[in-house]
Amino acid sequence: MTTDVRAPAPPGGLVLPAYSRPRGVHPPLDYPDYRSTALRAPKKPMVLLPHRLTEVTGPLLGAELVAPSDSDLTRQHDGEPQGERIIVTGRVLDSDGRPVPDTLIEIWQTNAAGRYRHVRDDHPAPLDPNFTGVGRCITDSAGTYRFITIKPGAYPWRNSYNAWRAAHIHFSLFGRAFTQRLITQMYFPGDPLQPADPVMNAVPDEKARQRMVAAFSIEETQPEWALGYRWDIVLRGREATVFEEGGNR
Amino acid sequence: MTGLLITPSQTIGPFFAMRLPWPDGPYVVPQDTPGAIRITGRVYDGAGNVVPDALIETWQADPDGRFAHPDDPRGPGGSTFRGFGRCPTGPDGSYHIVTLKPGPLPCPEGGTEAPHLDVSVFARGLLNRVVTRLYFPDETVANAADPVLSSIAETGRRDTLIAREQPGGGLRFDIRLQGDGETVFFDV
Repeated sequence: MTTDVRAPAPPGGLVLPAYSRPRGVHPPLDYPDYRSTALRAPKKPMVLLPHRLTEVTGPLLGAELVAPSDSDLTRQHDGEPQGERIIVTGRVLDSDGRPVPDTLIEIWQTNAAGRYRHVRDDHPAPLDPNFTGVGRCITDSAGTYRFITIKPGAYPWRNSYNAWRAAHIHFSLFGRAFTQRLITQMYFPGDPLQPADPVMNAVPDEKARQRMVAAFSIEETQPEWALGYRWDIVLRGREATVFEEGGNR
Repeated sequence: MTGLLITPSQTIGPFFAMRLPWPDGPYVVPQDTPGAIRITGRVYDGAGNVVPDALIETWQADPDGRFAHPDDPRGPGGSTFRGFGRCPTGPDGSYHIVTLKPGPLPCPEGGTEAPHLDVSVFARGLLNRVVTRLYFPDETVANAADPVLSSIAETGRRDTLIAREQPGGGLRFDIRLQGDGETVFFDV
C-alpha cells in the first residue's frame, strides 16, 4: 500500500498528535441574524476529516515578517493618532494550558471614530492620517503578545435597520498546526452594543462569548499614558494520541 | 484533558485586506522555480455570484511528502519548504497560488494519502473558515486509493475536490460555497 510514498512512515508506525474537536463553541455557519451567511454558508453536511500529517502540521511563520513598529499601532506615522491609547496584551494558550510560543498574530481594526482604512468602508467618519489600524507580532516563549493601539470605535453596518457593530479588534492566529488556525475578534468589556451584535451572538454559548471579551487591567495600565486590557486566546489542544498502540485516552 | 474553553471563531469580515494579504502570499515558491504550477480558480456563492472578498489559504507537503515541522515524526528531511499560500480573491472572485506539487503521504493507520493541498476559505458571511482539499487530476490511481476522497459518501461530489487541467497550462480549482456543485467541505 505504501510503495509509492517517497517519505515512508518510520518503523513502528506514524504517531501523530490529535487535536480536540470542541463542540458548541464556534458559531454555526448558517446564522440568519447575520444576513451575509445566507448565500455563503455551505448547506451540505461537513465530512469528518481525521487528523493526518497535513492537519497536524502547519506554517511556522516567524520573525522575518515582523518589524518592531508592527506591534505599536500608534507609532506607524509621523504624528500621534487620535483616540484613547490602549495596551492589549495576553497569552496564546492551547486548551490544555500550554503556551503557544513563536506564533504569528495579525490584527486590524477601525480608528477611534469607527472607520477602517479600506476603500470599501464608506462610513462618514473621519480617517486619521496618523492611524492605519494594522499590526503584527510574534508570541514570545511564554506565548505572550502585546500591542499598543487606539481603542477602536463602533460603526454602523447594513445588516438590519440601525445596526451597529460592537467595538472590536480582528485577530488572526496560526498556532502550531493547521487545525489551530483561528480568525476571531476581541471585544471590550461593558460595551452596550454587544447584546445586539449578531456576529458576536452567533456564538451560542455565553461562556464562549465572554472568551472574546478582554478584561480591563489596572496592572497593565501604564500611569499617565495608556489603559491596559488583558486578553488570552485559547486554541484547540492536543488530545491523547489516537493511533498510538496502548496510548492513553 | 481539555481544561480551557477555546476562543470562538468570528468572521474575517470585509476589511481584512488592510492586513492579511502579503506581497508574496500567493507564491509558495517563486514563479520561475522549476516545476512550479499555477493554480487559479474562483469562489462562488449560492446564487452563482463570484465572491470578491474571500481569502484563500493553502497548506501542503513538499514534493517529497515532507513538512518542515516538528510534529512530522519522520523529521523534516531537510525540507525548508514554506508550504503555505495566501491570496485574497479579486473583483472577479478569482485567486491564484503558485506552488510545487506535493508528494504523497503515509497515513498513521496505514495506506497512503494522494498528493493534496488543504485549503481554507475565509470571507464575510462565513462565521468560521471552511476547509476543503485540492487533489491533482493526473493522480487517478492515487486519488482512487485516498482515504479522504474515499470517505465522501456522496461519490458524485468527490470530483469537486479534483482540480482541472487548464488548456494553457496550470490547474483550475473553483470553490462553490453553496448550491449546485457545492464543494465538499470538511469538519476539521
